[in-house]
Amino acid sequence: MRVLLIGVAVLLGGSLLSLLPLSRESKSSVIYGGCFATCLVLSAMALVGVAGDASSAVLPLGLPWLGAHFHLDALAAVFLVIVNLGGAAASFYALGYGAHEHEPMRVLPFYPAFLAGMNLVILAADAYSFLFSWELMSLASWALVMAHHRDAGTTRAGYVYLMMASFGTFALLLAFGFLAGPGGAFAFDAITQHVLSPGVGAIVLALAFIGAGSKAGLVPLHVWLPLAHPAAPSHVSALMSGVMTKVAVYAFIRIVFELMGAPAWWWGLPALLLGGITAALGVLYALMETDIKRILAYSTIENIGIIFAALGLALAFKAAGMGDAGALAVTAALFHAANHMLFKSTLFFGAGTIIVATGEQDVERLGGLIHRMPISSSAFLIAALAISSLPPFNGFASEWLVFQGILVSPHLPRMALKLLVPAVGVLLALSAALAAACFVRAFGAAYLGRARTAAAAAAREADVWSVSSMVVCATLCLLTGIFPGAVIDWMQPAAVALVGGRMPPQLDIAWFSIAPVSASRSSYNGFLIFVFLVLAASFAAWVVHRVASRAMRRAPFWDCGYPGAGPIAQYSATSLAQPIRRVFATVAFDAHEQVDMPLPGDQRPATIHRFMRDPVWEFAYAPVAAGVGWMARWMNRLQFLTIRRYLSAVFVTLILLLLVLAIWG
Amino acid sequence: MGVMSALLLQLGQVGLVLLVAPAVSGMIRKMKARLQRRIGPPVLQPYRDLRRLIGKDVVLADNTSWFFRMAPYLIFAATWVAAALVPTFQTGLMFSWSGDMIAIVALLGVARFLQAAAAIDTGTSFGGIGASREVMIASLAEPAMIMVTFTVALVAGSSQLSTIAEFMLHSVGLRVSLGMALVALVIVALAENARIPVDNPATHLELTMVHEAMVLEYSGRHLAMIELAGSLRLLLYISLIACIFFPVGLVVSGAGFLAYAAALGAYGMKLVIASVFLATFEMSIAKMRVFRVPSLLGIALMLGLLGTLLLFISEGM
Repeated sequence: MRVLLIGVAVLLGGSLLSLLPLSRESKSSVIYGGCFATCLVLSAMALVGVAGDASSAVLPLGLPWLGAHFHLDALAAVFLVIVNLGGAAASFYALGYGAHEHEPMRVLPFYPAFLAGMNLVILAADAYSFLFSWELMSLASWALVMAHHRDAGTTRAGYVYLMMASFGTFALLLAFGFLAGPGGAFAFDAITQHVLSPGVGAIVLALAFIGAGSKAGLVPLHVWLPLAHPAAPSHVSALMSGVMTKVAVYAFIRIVFELMGAPAWWWGLPALLLGGITAALGVLYALMETDIKRILAYSTIENIGIIFAALGLALAFKAAGMGDAGALAVTAALFHAANHMLFKSTLFFGAGTIIVATGEQDVERLGGLIHRMPISSSAFLIAALAISSLPPFNGFASEWLVFQGILVSPHLPRMALKLLVPAVGVLLALSAALAAACFVRAFGAAYLGRARTAAAAAAREADVWSVSSMVVCATLCLLTGIFPGAVIDWMQPAAVALVGGRMPPQLDIAWFSIAPVSASRSSYNGFLIFVFLVLAASFAAWVVHRVASRAMRRAPFWDCGYPGAGPIAQYSATSLAQPIRRVFATVAFDAHEQVDMPLPGDQRPATIHRFMRDPVWEFAYAPVAAGVGWMARWMNRLQFLTIRRYLSAVFVTLILLLLVLAIWG
Repeated sequence: MGVMSALLLQLGQVGLVLLVAPAVSGMIRKMKARLQRRIGPPVLQPYRDLRRLIGKDVVLADNTSWFFRMAPYLIFAATWVAAALVPTFQTGLMFSWSGDMIAIVALLGVARFLQAAAAIDTGTSFGGIGASREVMIASLAEPAMIMVTFTVALVAGSSQLSTIAEFMLHSVGLRVSLGMALVALVIVALAENARIPVDNPATHLELTMVHEAMVLEYSGRHLAMIELAGSLRLLLYISLIACIFFPVGLVVSGAGFLAYAAALGAYGMKLVIASVFLATFEMSIAKMRVFRVPSLLGIALMLGLLGTLLLFISEGM
């Protein structure tokens, strides 16, 4: 515990260090190097801390009668590993990437504070320090989002983010108020002591969904995320998408699974429903985008949906007293959270290297990068396969666990759950298939084909720091995919603490197989699948190269007899999404096209216009924004009154207040 | 049963699917030709095609990268591993537990991902048109397949194909949900194998192609790998339908030589019957427009969902 807190203090100190008068380069490498080392130490500590005893500390900070409580248990340790592994990878990446920052002083002071904030949220064990750390994390990340404040759209992104973050924290503040009760017991162990009435429980659950869900990007509270995450520098985008959303998941788990006590049967319903909708809508949004970082941000929303759906299952199992099934679902959620950190970091790092190499982040202006950036494109490909939940990578292992969780859920007692779970299963399966489509498209448009612009044709492989960070993360995607049993076993103390059951030990099973319930029921062996794939592919290549002709020629591609089709005649990312837009987005986003095809002989150019609406923005946010604007205009009348009118207004208000007191006082 | 014989049986299964797959494709082509009153190529023609392709030079399109050259081997490997995981003549083989039905679906997903990406790598419109349609079809076919898996797994209490087949062997009785699953699985199989009415394996009209458009730039040994993977995928779906819904004749555990001979014979019969059905079906309907395919696959998805829902509701009643 002490080491952990010292590590956080070091990170906070790093923020101050950036104010020292050093040269830009040395300051950048000192800060990122220090963050890398600190995060590595912290994640190593947390890695062994999952199985160890819980430890806590009370520091004389914060509210004088409360102090700052810190506590490390299995759940916190799991999330500390996620946070600090992601932090270490991003810091290492930034050792190279940070050199391309034009105004490093807009990033360097806030970066360590952001890392420290996320660590503190997870360690905090009372409402005050939790909310303080939460705000530290929000504000530091907001400052990082605003780093490129001169770019178009960044100020709006920062504004929307600030609004949503304040709103979310406000909801959490209220939630903790309800949890602490009138006695004001703000320490977490005091909160767990008293039982919530069902009504208050419902309110706290809703507030937890708003507070944690808005930070995680749950639909319909996601609108800030695809604006803010891409606006930040790429290593910060990786942290925000890969790590900060996991901190929000942690907050949800901590409040709903632990602080709120025993769940009611219906608590799983909103999580399942919102999770399923978030997963499907998130990836559909991603398929409609062409900005590589916005594609990745929307895909984060999808993965958050998967995690919340698994958490909803776990809540339902826990309420029904099915501890072991609950452990399966909660392990799936935690495993997917860790996996998402790994592959989403790799993907955002890849986006960063593309931006450095070409100055473009619109995939319509890229293409053919695989020729010039072979290593980072391989890492991106691995992460793309993993995020599409394809074996033998880690995304498949966790998605498989979620599906296994669904397969045990017919035993749930309530009809509402029985009806909802298969529908959520369809949504998750749909989102997995659409994610594959999305990443074929993103990888294909950015890295494959022919270069669409001169900048893409002149791209160069990124620096060694960035590339090695990507390669390490991609390798971890493979390793956790072929040895999922090790991760599952490692997470079990957290599952036991959360739902009171556990999955059978996985490492005892031969050949690194995993069998969540029993081997005859279902098992998956990522290691063997990987070995078989490698063997089959090398066998095929070997045989073919033994017996077959090895000759290879280059020739122009088949052009249907119309030579000279430039790179612009390639299928673009927008056209790659066209069939899916037509099938799915006509329903979800009211997408339609307007084609103007001139008659033969007519000199007009042919045009095609796409129309799409964001239903969430239009129905949930635009009315609120319009209402606020209307109120502001109306209140504006009060601005230019004479002093007499102000005095009479004061007088009327006073009378009204006295009347209120007289009636209710 | 010793380890050696178990390993031999496993390797036998792995080799069997590879050897039989082109013959099934050839058989279907022959039957279709006969139904059209043509003589048609011999049943063994696919093997000759493969040998011819392997002997030819590879002609690569100008822009293609190393990914384009690597993809055929990986596509083939993923399909082969998936096909070898489906029980053909015996359940419970040595490595049958290394992947369940969901893993098989996902392995086919790997092959599709690589295939579509390789198509984009050519930098042509054909590659793109094929890839975009393929992922659209897959985005409905794959969830439908997962729902079929759920239905079958809930009935049999397991998502392992060997356990499912053993369960189906012993429990006789009609179930509505299984009927729905069968229809859904057949629709998915047609879509995934690029058969009529979803796609036409024999078409060379560019605007209607899906699968053929993606492999347009492949040649020589690369094309051979992809063709073989295509045959394997067809065999996989036939074996899958046979092993779940018609597991008659499967060897359940160690048995004598005669039992194995009978099981292989039964498997051969199933392949022939499935080919007859497929050929007749393909002869009797026309190809759909691309944007009518989602409705067909939507039916499969809904049937899968309904089957699963029925099982969820009937549980504990």
